[in-house]
Amino acid sequence: MALPERKTDIGPPNYKKFLPPIIEKNYGKWAYHEILKQGIMVHVAESGDKIFTVRAATPRLLSIETLRLYADLADKYCDGYLRFTSRNNVEFLLTDEAKCEPLKKELTKHGYLVGGMGNAISNIVHTQGWVHCHSAASDASGVCKAIMDDLHGEFTGMNLPGKLRIAFACCLNMCGAVHCSDIAVLGIHTKVPKIDHNELPKVCEIPTLVSSCPTGAIRPANVEGKKSVEIEDPQCMYCGNCYTVCPSVKINNPEGDGISIWVGGKVSNARHEPMFSKLAIPFLPNNPPRWPEVVEAVSKLVKVYAANARKHERMGEWIERIGWPKFFQIAELPFTKYHIDDFAHAGETFKRSTQLRH
Amino acid sequence: MSEKKKATPLLDELEKGAWPSFIKEIKKEAKRPMVQDLLGVLETSYEERTGHWKHGGLVGVMGYGGGVIGRYCDLQEEYPEVSEFHTIRVNQPAGWFYTSDSLRTLCDVWDKHGSGLTNMHGSTGDIIFLGCKTEALEPTFSDLTQAGFDLGGSGSAMRTPSACVGPARCEWACFDTLDACDNITQSFQDEMHRPMFPYKYKFKFAGCPNDCVASIARADMTIIGTWKDEIQIDQKEVRAYAKNGTDIKAEVCKLCPVRCIDWDGKKLEIDDSECLKCMHCINVMPKALRPGKERGATILIGAKAPIIGGALLSSVLVPFIEMKAPYDDLKELTEAIWDFWGEHGKNRERVGEFIQRVGLGTFLDEIGLDPVPEMITHPRTNPYIFFDEELEDDDEDDE
Repeated sequence: MALPERKTDIGPPNYKKFLPPIIEKNYGKWAYHEILKQGIMVHVAESGDKIFTVRAATPRLLSIETLRLYADLADKYCDGYLRFTSRNNVEFLLTDEAKCEPLKKELTKHGYLVGGMGNAISNIVHTQGWVHCHSAASDASGVCKAIMDDLHGEFTGMNLPGKLRIAFACCLNMCGAVHCSDIAVLGIHTKVPKIDHNELPKVCEIPTLVSSCPTGAIRPANVEGKKSVEIEDPQCMYCGNCYTVCPSVKINNPEGDGISIWVGGKVSNARHEPMFSKLAIPFLPNNPPRWPEVVEAVSKLVKVYAANARKHERMGEWIERIGWPKFFQIAELPFTKYHIDDFAHAGETFKRSTQLRH
Repeated sequence: MSEKKKATPLLDELEKGAWPSFIKEIKKEAKRPMVQDLLGVLETSYEERTGHWKHGGLVGVMGYGGGVIGRYCDLQEEYPEVSEFHTIRVNQPAGWFYTSDSLRTLCDVWDKHGSGLTNMHGSTGDIIFLGCKTEALEPTFSDLTQAGFDLGGSGSAMRTPSACVGPARCEWACFDTLDACDNITQSFQDEMHRPMFPYKYKFKFAGCPNDCVASIARADMTIIGTWKDEIQIDQKEVRAYAKNGTDIKAEVCKLCPVRCIDWDGKKLEIDDSECLKCMHCINVMPKALRPGKERGATILIGAKAPIIGGALLSSVLVPFIEMKAPYDDLKELTEAIWDFWGEHGKNRERVGEFIQRVGLGTFLDEIGLDPVPEMITHPRTNPYIFFDEELEDDDEDDE
C-alpha cells in the first residue's frame, strides 16, 4: 500500500469546526453572563439564547483514558462540545440547563471537582517538574496537588474577597505566568553548578555557554589540559541558563534546591495596572511527597488575604494599600536581606520617601 | 521496562486527597512499559529530590526545526523504556474548542504511537503529547496531519499563538481573538516550524483588558482588546444590581482608578473621556455595563519571564488598532519587527530585552512607528540624550 502524501504546514484545524451551533448562531452577540452557582455559569445572547458552562478542575497531566471520558460526557450532556481554559480547566458547553447538575455530579464522582469561577481560586497553572523537565528544582504536579488538596474548598466555594491566582514554576525559566500571580510558588536552585570537565569539551560549545550567563560569571578556562570553563562563584545567581545550553554544567542539587514564594502579582488591567509578584518567602525545603512547609505557607497567605482584603481587592492591591511592613507583620513572615533586590535597577525598589506608618 | 516493577510508595501518597491526581492519570496508562518506567523514574526523583531528565539533541520530524522537544533520561539502564521520552507540541485549535470526535481522534493517534499521557494544555497553549520515542515521531506526525492537526512551535521561532475564548462565548471580546489567532498562525507557518529568529517570539490574543491569556506577562506580541467610545449602560439593570445588594458607591465608584464613575442612587454616570478601560465596573455589573461599540485593540510588546536579563511586562506599541481580517497592519508591523530584531538581536535575546539594549526610540525609528506619549509612564528624567548627528528640520519631511 502506498503511503499517504506527506502533509506539512497545514496549521491547526480551524476552530469553527468545533463550535457548537448555538455559538455559531450567536458568535460576537453575547449580551451578558451570570455565575449561577460555583462552577456553573450562563451566557445570554442578544437573541435570548442561553449557553451553560460547567467548569471542572483537571490535573493538566491527563491520560487519554480521561480525555475519552470527557468526550463521552460531552456526548451524553452537550452534543459533544467542550473546551479547555487558559488555566487548564475543562469546560462543557450545554444548551439544556437541567443537565448541568447531573453533569456536575458525574464529574465530581469521577474526581474532577466543579468550580473555579468568580472570587475563588482557579486551577494552579504549573510546569512539568520532575515528570519531564531537565532544569526542575522541584516537582510541579506534586506540589500543586498537595496545595490544592488543602485549598480545594476555595475552588468549589466562592468566599474570597477577589480572584486569587496561584501559579507554580519549577525553575526561573518560569514556563507559566508565575511572575504575575497573586501567589507564585517557584522552584529555585541555590548552589553554583558543578562542572564535569571530562564531559564538557565533548558535548558543549564553549562560546555559547559563556554567553548564556546573564551575569558574565562563566569564563573559558584550561582545566588540567582540557578546554573547559570556570565559574566566578559570587556572580552566580543559579538561574540554570548554562545548564540548558550545556548538560555538563550541573545545576540540579538535592541539598540546595528548594521553593520560594512570591505574592501580589496580577495580569488583569482591572483597577490597578498589571503587577509582578514580589518575594515573600526566600526558601522552603523540597519535601516530597507532600511538601508540608509549602502547603502551610500558601494556605496561611490565603487565609491572611481572605481575612484582611476588601471586596474585589486582589492580593497585590491589598498589600499596596496597607504597605509591605504591615504585610510582613500580619503574615508573620521574617523580612531578610534576601527580600531586597540587588540585580539591575534595584534602586528603583528602595523606599525613597519618609511616607511611613509608625 | 526494568525487570522488577519498582514500588512507588511516595507517589502513591499523591493518589489521596480531594484534588484530581496526576498520579492516578499516569497509572491509568501504566499498562504501557514506557509509563511503568516513567513511574519508576519519578519515584526515584521523589526519593532523591532531584530530576532525571536531560535536555536537547537534534530530534524532530523531517523538514521542521521545531515542534518536538528532545528529552532523555539519565537512568537509561534502569529505565530503558524512557531513555527517549520526547515532547510533541500539537497546535491547538484557537480558543481550545473541541468536539468529542476530534478529542477521540487525538487520543487514537497517541494511543497508537506514544505514552497515552498528555497535557491539556502546555503553558504556551499547545496540546502536549508527553513521551515519544524517536522512531515514533514521524509516524505520529503523519497520523496527526492526516487527521488535520499540525505541530506547534519550539526553539528560536514564532511560538504557537493562543487566544482567549473571545466572541465565541464572551460579551467583552473587543475583537475576534479566535480569527486573529488562527489567521496569524496560518500566515506564519514557516516562521513557526523553521526557527530562524534570535529567540522565541510569542503572540497572545486577549479580547479585553481582563487578559485571560496573561498576554501582557507572557507574550512578545501582546494584543489586548479595548474600545474608544462610551461604556454601554443599561440604567434599569444598574438599579437592579443596587436593589439586589451591590453597594455601587463602595464596590464600583470607589474602586474606579480615576473615579470617573458616579452613582446617585438612581442613575449611573461615567465620564468616558477620563475612563482608562480597566474593566472593573463592567466586571462587577456585567448585566448592566458593556464595553463601547468602537472596538479594537492595543498592541504591546516585549513581555518575558526572567531568563536572561530579568522579567518584563509588555509595553504599549500601538495605543489603538482596528483588528479586522486579514490583519494587514498587524502583519506589516510584525514583519518590520522581525526584520530589525532578526538582523541585530543577539542569540537568545528576546525582543523586550533587545528594545532595552537598543532603546525604544531607535527601535521605533527602525520599524517605522512614530513615538507617542501613550508608550511611556513618564518622559525621561536623565539628561543623557543621544541626539542624532543632524537634527531634523521640523518643517521638512525626511525625504
